[in-house]
Amino acid sequence: MQFALLIYESPQGFAVRSNDGSDSYTAAWRAYYKAMEEAGIYVGGDPLQVPETGTTVRIKDGKRYVQDGPYADTKEQLGGFTILELPSLDAALDWAARCPAASIGVVEVRPLAPAMKDRIVRS
Amino acid sequence: MNGSALEETQRTVERVARESYGRLVAYLSANTHNVAAAEDALSEALLKALRVWPLDGLPQNPEAWLLTAARNSIIDLIRHQRVVSGSEPTLLSLTKPPTEMNWATEFPDERLKLLFVCAHPAIDPAMHTPLMLQTVLGLDAARIAGAFLISPKTMGQRLVRAKIKIRDGGIRFEIPEKRELPTRLDAVLQAIYAAFGIGWDDMAGIDQRGRDLAEEAIWLARVLLQLITDEPEVRGLLALMLYCESRRAARRGAGRDYIPLSEQDPKQWSLPSIEEAERHLAEAFLQGRIGRFQLEAAIQSVHAERVRTGRTEWPAVARFYEQLVRISPAVGTRTGYAAAVAESNGPEAGLELLDDIEAESVSAYQPYWAVRAHLLQKLGKTAEASNAYDRAIGLAEDPAVREFLLQKRG
Repeated sequence: MQFALLIYESPQGFAVRSNDGSDSYTAAWRAYYKAMEEAGIYVGGDPLQVPETGTTVRIKDGKRYVQDGPYADTKEQLGGFTILELPSLDAALDWAARCPAASIGVVEVRPLAPAMKDRIVRS
Repeated sequence: MNGSALEETQRTVERVARESYGRLVAYLSANTHNVAAAEDALSEALLKALRVWPLDGLPQNPEAWLLTAARNSIIDLIRHQRVVSGSEPTLLSLTKPPTEMNWATEFPDERLKLLFVCAHPAIDPAMHTPLMLQTVLGLDAARIAGAFLISPKTMGQRLVRAKIKIRDGGIRFEIPEKRELPTRLDAVLQAIYAAFGIGWDDMAGIDQRGRDLAEEAIWLARVLLQLITDEPEVRGLLALMLYCESRRAARRGAGRDYIPLSEQDPKQWSLPSIEEAERHLAEAFLQGRIGRFQLEAAIQSVHAERVRTGRTEWPAVARFYEQLVRISPAVGTRTGYAAAVAESNGPEAGLELLDDIEAESVSAYQPYWAVRAHLLQKLGKTAEASNAYDRAIGLAEDPAVREFLLQKRG
């Protein structure tokens, strides 16, 4: 089954992005990607641009409300996601624990719900 | 009543709860098989103690007092559920007049049976350790969940399910027969070692939570040793954990950076722990039945020798690993063997042993890649080494280990 690792970066994690890539956080990420690929479990995913680039859209009373930036005002913000093919939640938690962001931010593990999509798409 | 009396009561309740929890739960559930009811009754009794003791003064035998209070609340519960047929004999056994047994001084210690129940083959192996931590040591579900990295709610549900299985599944509260004993005991030992492993991996003792769990595991092994004295593997396990525990402080540098065993300063190791481990291991060896935990402890004892000799006798480490691989050829053991052989016979020899391990079993096994990277680097195979380092770094959980490997990769 497939799991999404939703990666919530700390401000510190986001700050690293402007470096030249020789820092240890980026190196850890590079190695992490490699480990996932070599283990044959990596399905896909990407980092997201920084939260400040986000825009939210909402329709209320038939009117479109567009707002600058993401909603949440928490310290950690969604910074990317990874989809993995794994046999169990336990295996997904192991991979989440190895994620470099887990030691400075937080990683949420969620099973994908393909059956839900089937139901929507089929009807 | 004044504040200090209240505090003293609280301390006494905590101490009795800590020391007697498992004995009381085991005794109260041995007949009914209802661990959950025993735990509920005991926590009610503990609450009652907090209320009553400050007013009436501490009872002469707090443990017996708690037992009586908990027993009464279980009897109430069973009376309440009369509907359950077959509860009569249980009720009778619990209502035996105190004169038949001297409650004040002695009641049978059923913890060993409870440990065997917790690690029974009919119970999900993943629940063996959590069950022991809860029923024998009295840890709450939230704390156990924290150690196992799952939500308290999920852990709570799994514990409830396991206890229903114990109550209704026909699992007997008994010491296994002689011929079954080695396998059944091994499950108990493994569950205790798993608790220690969690405490050990957990940020190497930086996190108080991890350290606590390692201490709980050592406590469990001590309890087990009181109950089974003639099984050398019990001492082997205790020795192994004490050797590891002796090095806890030395595993981190001033900046909390990771320090591998070979670079640790033996002066920082705890001598009393090492000496205690040595006594247990020597006694285990005397019984003349070698086993996995004794061998693992023996490997650690060779490392511990460095505190006296200043050097590590790698060929001895390799010999013990060789025996260990023969009994338990797990990936971890084979990796350790390869590392030891590399130290005594050179990196090529170690690398050959690593190559023999099936690729599939190591795709997510971090130590294999760390050892492999180290050996390749020693052989000057820079590109291959850097590749292996990447795998090891990518699979590392501990940021300090990650940082250490990043430095080494260069």
